[in-house]
Amino acid sequence: MLYIKCPYCGLRAQKEFSYGGDATVKRPNINEEVSSEDWDNFVYMRKSPRGKHIELWQHIAGCRQWIKVQRDTATHEIFQTAKVTEEIR
Amino acid sequence: MSQPFRLNKEGLINRNKKISFTFNGKKLFGYEGDTIASALIANGIHLVGRSFKYHRPRGFFGAGVEEPNAKLQVEFNGHSEPNVNATEMELVEGLSATSQNCWPSVNFDIGAINNFLKMFFPAGFYYKTFMWPKSFWYKIYEPFIRKAAGLGVASIEKDKERYEHKFEYCDLLVTGSGPSGLASAYAAAKNGAKVILAEDKPRFGGTLLTDDVSIDNLSGKDWAEKIISELKSMPNVTVKNRSQVFGYYDHNMLVMFERVSDHLEKKSKFTPRQRLWYIRAKETILSTGSIERPIVFGNNDTPGIFLSAAAKEYMKVYGVLVGKKPLIFTNNDSAYETALEFKKNNVEPIILDTREEHSSELIDEAKSRGIDIRFSHGVIVANGYKKVKSAKIGKLNKDKNSFEKIETVDCDCICVSGFWTPSVHLASQSGNKLKYEEKIDAFIPDKKKQHETSVGAANGSFTLEESLKNGFENGSNLSAKITDTKAEIAIPNVNEKKYGAHDKFWCMPLPKNENPKRFVDFQNDVSVSDIEIALREGYRSIEHVKRYTTLGMATDQGRTSNLNGLQLVSNIENKIVPEVGHTTFRPPFTPITIGTIVGREVGMEYMPTRKTPMHEWHEKNNAVFVDAGAWKRPRYYKLGSETLFEASKREAKNVRENVGICDVTTLGKIDIKGPDAAEFLNRVYTNAWMKLPVGKARYGLMLREDGIVMDDGTTTRISENHYHMTTTTAQAANVLSHLEYYLQIVWPELNVNVVSTTEQWAGAAIAGPKSRDMLSKLYPDLDVSNEALPFMGYKEAEFFGVPSRIFRISFSGELAYEINVKSDHGMFMWEKMMEVGKDFGNQPYGTEALSTLRIEMGHVAGPELDGRTIPSDVSLNGLVSKKKDFIGKNSLGREAFNVESRQKIVGLIPIDRKSSIPEGSHIVQDQNAKLPNPKLGHVSSSCWSVENNNPFSLAIMKDGKNMIGKKFFAVSPLKNKSIEVEVISSHYVDPEGKRVRS
Ligand SMILES: [Zn+2]
Repeated sequence: MLYIKCPYCGLRAQKEFSYGGDATVKRPNINEEVSSEDWDNFVYMRKSPRGKHIELWQHIAGCRQWIKVQRDTATHEIFQTAKVTEEIR
Repeated sequence: MSQPFRLNKEGLINRNKKISFTFNGKKLFGYEGDTIASALIANGIHLVGRSFKYHRPRGFFGAGVEEPNAKLQVEFNGHSEPNVNATEMELVEGLSATSQNCWPSVNFDIGAINNFLKMFFPAGFYYKTFMWPKSFWYKIYEPFIRKAAGLGVASIEKDKERYEHKFEYCDLLVTGSGPSGLASAYAAAKNGAKVILAEDKPRFGGTLLTDDVSIDNLSGKDWAEKIISELKSMPNVTVKNRSQVFGYYDHNMLVMFERVSDHLEKKSKFTPRQRLWYIRAKETILSTGSIERPIVFGNNDTPGIFLSAAAKEYMKVYGVLVGKKPLIFTNNDSAYETALEFKKNNVEPIILDTREEHSSELIDEAKSRGIDIRFSHGVIVANGYKKVKSAKIGKLNKDKNSFEKIETVDCDCICVSGFWTPSVHLASQSGNKLKYEEKIDAFIPDKKKQHETSVGAANGSFTLEESLKNGFENGSNLSAKITDTKAEIAIPNVNEKKYGAHDKFWCMPLPKNENPKRFVDFQNDVSVSDIEIALREGYRSIEHVKRYTTLGMATDQGRTSNLNGLQLVSNIENKIVPEVGHTTFRPPFTPITIGTIVGREVGMEYMPTRKTPMHEWHEKNNAVFVDAGAWKRPRYYKLGSETLFEASKREAKNVRENVGICDVTTLGKIDIKGPDAAEFLNRVYTNAWMKLPVGKARYGLMLREDGIVMDDGTTTRISENHYHMTTTTAQAANVLSHLEYYLQIVWPELNVNVVSTTEQWAGAAIAGPKSRDMLSKLYPDLDVSNEALPFMGYKEAEFFGVPSRIFRISFSGELAYEINVKSDHGMFMWEKMMEVGKDFGNQPYGTEALSTLRIEMGHVAGPELDGRTIPSDVSLNGLVSKKKDFIGKNSLGREAFNVESRQKIVGLIPIDRKSSIPEGSHIVQDQNAKLPNPKLGHVSSSCWSVENNNPFSLAIMKDGKNMIGKKFFAVSPLKNKSIEVEVISSHYVDPEGKRVRS
C-alpha cells in the first residue's frame, strides 16, 4: 500500500485516495475551437510510461483535494507530490 | 501414563500443567508449552501424514516454520482447520488433531500405491498424462486428481471467531528476537525510538534458547530474558510474540500476523483469535535468522529424519528426544552441538561427517566426550518404511562421488545438517536483489531497496559475537537518525564455540544399481530425478524448472529445498548457482488464515450501512429493503401475504389514482455556491443554465468528456449565488469528484464551492393526482396552486414549525412534489405526511413501484444511462444546447454517434399482452436463426404497466427510431424465454407530459 504525502494533510495511506490519471493532460479551453485530432488526443490518448509519471490523485477520504503525484510506475517510488496549482519538475 | 521420549528435567515447558489432546482418535497428553509436534514425539509418535504425490509415510522434519511435512487437520475451540503446522501450533486442552492426505488411515493409505508406481509419476506427469482427450479433463482427470492429492479439508461451517486488523506506525520494526534482533531493538529503544519487536515463536530469544553460549556471564536464555523484560518496561517499545511478519510491501509497509489466543484454553468474549497488523515503519531490521538445510540422500523423507538443529531444539526447549539411537549426518560443525546435547542426556550418537578428518573446537570436544565420529562418511539410504530402523552408510572416496566402504548401522533417528540458509524472504519481498555469498553457499541481501537492514544470520553472519555487534550498531545508527539521540551502549562480552569451515557438499551419490528416491522438496514430493528429467526435457530457467517440477511451490515455500534444488540445477547445467539465479519470494512467508485477512469486515460490518432518518418507520411498516450502494431503501411495503409483484403494483396504482409518498433521501445532493455558480453549471450540464431564475428548478443532463451520459437530475436556484443539485443515488460520489476535478484543476478561475449535503437533508416525494390537495393540508398557510407553485417551481416554507424546501419536480410522471427537511426532522415529516395523507388515500411506495412509474412514463434511469449511451440514444437530445460549449460537447460530433442507424430508446410490449419480458433480453429478428443470431438491441428496464395493465419494457435498439410498429423477439437464454414483442414509443403513458403540469 502506497504512502502518499498529501500537500494539505501530510503522509496518508493509499486507501484514502483515488486515482485520477495523467496530470499533464490539459483540457482544451472551453468555448474555443478545437480540432478533432486535438480533442481525440485529449479524450483518448494517454502515454503509459514505465518509470516516472506525473499523475492525479484525489484525497477522497481526507481533504478532497486533487493533488499531483510523481511516481515511478514500475517501482512505485514516489518522488514528489504537489498541489495541482504547483509545478512538478 | 509415561512419555517414553520425554527427558526428566530439560526444557522450558511447564511440567506442572498436563494438557490432554487426541491424535487420530488416540488420547494423549503433553505439557503446557508443548507444540503438537513435541507432544507427539514425546509419546513416540512420528508417522503423522502422507506425502502429496506418492502418499509416502511422513514424520516431523523441523521444529518450527521450516516444517515441510507435519501439516494436520486440527479441531479446537469449536472449529476445524486444515494444514496446521504441527511444529508451530501450541497444545491446548481438548485439541484434536488428525492426519490429512491419507485414506482410509495414515497407517494404511491406499494412495501409497503411487509410491510403488513411482516410475509412472515423474516430473510433469500431470501435464503430460492428463492432456488428452480434452473432454476428459473436467469429468475424469480433474476430480480424480482432486481426490487423490490435496492437503486438508476446509470447514464449511461459519467461522464464529473474531479477527481484527490494526494499523500501527513506528520508527523501527524488528522482525525476529534472536540475538541480533534483541540487540537492535534494545539499542533503538535506548535512543528513544518507537520500536516494535516481533517474534514468531511463543518464546523470545531465537537461537539463544538452544545454543550453548554465554553473554556477560549469563546463559543465552537468561540474557534474552533480561533484555526482553527491560524492553517490556519501556513505554516506547511494543514487544509481540506469536507474531509473524509475513509480508514486506511498498513504501515500507509490513504486515504481521499475530496469533492472539489460539494457545488459550479460555479467553474473554471480545479477545480476537488472530490479528493482522499493518505496520508502517520508518526503518526495518530484518533479524529473521537462518534455516538449516538438509543433505540429500536416499529415502531421506522417512519418519525419524530431522534437521539437526530441530533435534536439539526438541531436547532443549521441550525436553524431548527425537530418538535414542541417533545418527548425526553433517557437513559442518553445528550438528556437533546436537550430538553433544544427546550425549549430555545419556544418549550415544554416531556422527557421520562428510569432511575429512580434521580438528576444531567442537570436534575436539566431541572426541573428548568419547563420541563415535566417522569422517568422510555419509548416509546413503535410510531403511524402514514408517520409521527409520537403520541406515546404509558409506565412506566417501576423495572426489565424493563413490564409496570406499559401505555398511549398515542401526539407528532410530537421523539428524541431518547441510549448513545454514539465511531467511531472506522479507528482504527479497522489499525489492532487494539478493547476492550469492560463496562463503556460505547461499543468498544474502544486497543493496537496500527500501528501508530494510538485514542483520545477524539473516545477513549471513553466523557467529554470536558478530550478530550482536551487527544488531547493536544497526539498531543504534538507524534510530539515531530518527530520534537525534545516541545512547552509549557497551557491547557485551560473548563466550561461544568457534566453528570450523563447512563442506560444500549437499547430495549423497548412489552406489551402482541402487535407486531410492532422494527428495529435494518434501512437501511437493520433488526428487533429484524429477529435476534431472526437467532439465533433460529442456527446461532451463529456474522459474520454469520450479513450475514443471513444483519445486519450492508448496506452503513451506521451499524453505528447506530451494538451495539444494539450485545446487542440483547448477551441477547438471555446469553453471555456478548465481548464474542459475533464484526464484521469486512472495508474501505471505507463512500461510495465514483467511479470517485474518478479512478481519472485522464480515456480515453487518462488510460495508457501512446507510439508513435514512425514516428507516425505523419503514422497518415497523413491513418494508422489504433493497441495497442501493450502501443505502437501504424500501423496495416495497408488504401488506399481509403480498408478493413483490402484487405489492409494487398496488403501490404504483395508488400513485396513479390517489397519492403516495416515497423516501427519496438517498438521492445525491450537492450544495453549489459562488458568484460563478451559474457559469459552472452551464459548463457542466448540456442545457442552458444562465437564465434560470431564483426559485426555479431545471432538469439537467451531464456528460463525460467522451460524450457519454454521466448522470441526470434537477438543480434548483435557491438564491442568486446558491444552487441545490440532485444526482442519482448511484452516481452521487462520482458526480461530486467530477465537479471538484473541474473546479480544482480545469477551471480554478471560477469562484465556486461545492459540498455534499446528501446526509443533511431528508427527502420525501409526494406523487399522484391528489398530491396538491395533500400538500395544501401540509402547508395550510401556503398558496400551492398551479399558478403560485408551477411545475419546476420552488418554495421555502415551514412544515408544522420546521423549515422545509418544496420542489415541484416529478420522477413518476404524475403531479408531484418533493419536500426536504433537515435530517433530524425527517421522521417527524414522514409521520406527519402519513397522518395527513389518510384523507387522500395516501400509501407509501418503494423503489419497485417507483421504477414501474418511471418506466411506463419512459423516464430513463441507471439501466439506460449505462455508460454506453449518448443523449440522443435516450431521446434527451432536446436538452443538448447547440449554442454553448459544455463538458463532452466536442465528442458528440463523432461519426459513430451520428450514423442514421444509431441505437435509440424504444418501448416494447408483448404481442400476447401477458408475458413479462426479462431485463437483459436480446432483441432478434428470428428466434430460430442460426447462431450467432444478430443482436438488434437489448431490454434495459421492464415493468408491469399499471396504467395499461400489461407488461411494458424499455429497450435500446439499433435504428430504434425506424422500428416503431415492427415485431421482433426478445430472447433470454438465461431465463429460457423467447417473447414476441412489438416496438412502440418509449413514452407509454401521458406522452405529452400533461400530468406533471396539471
Ligand atoms: Zn489531504
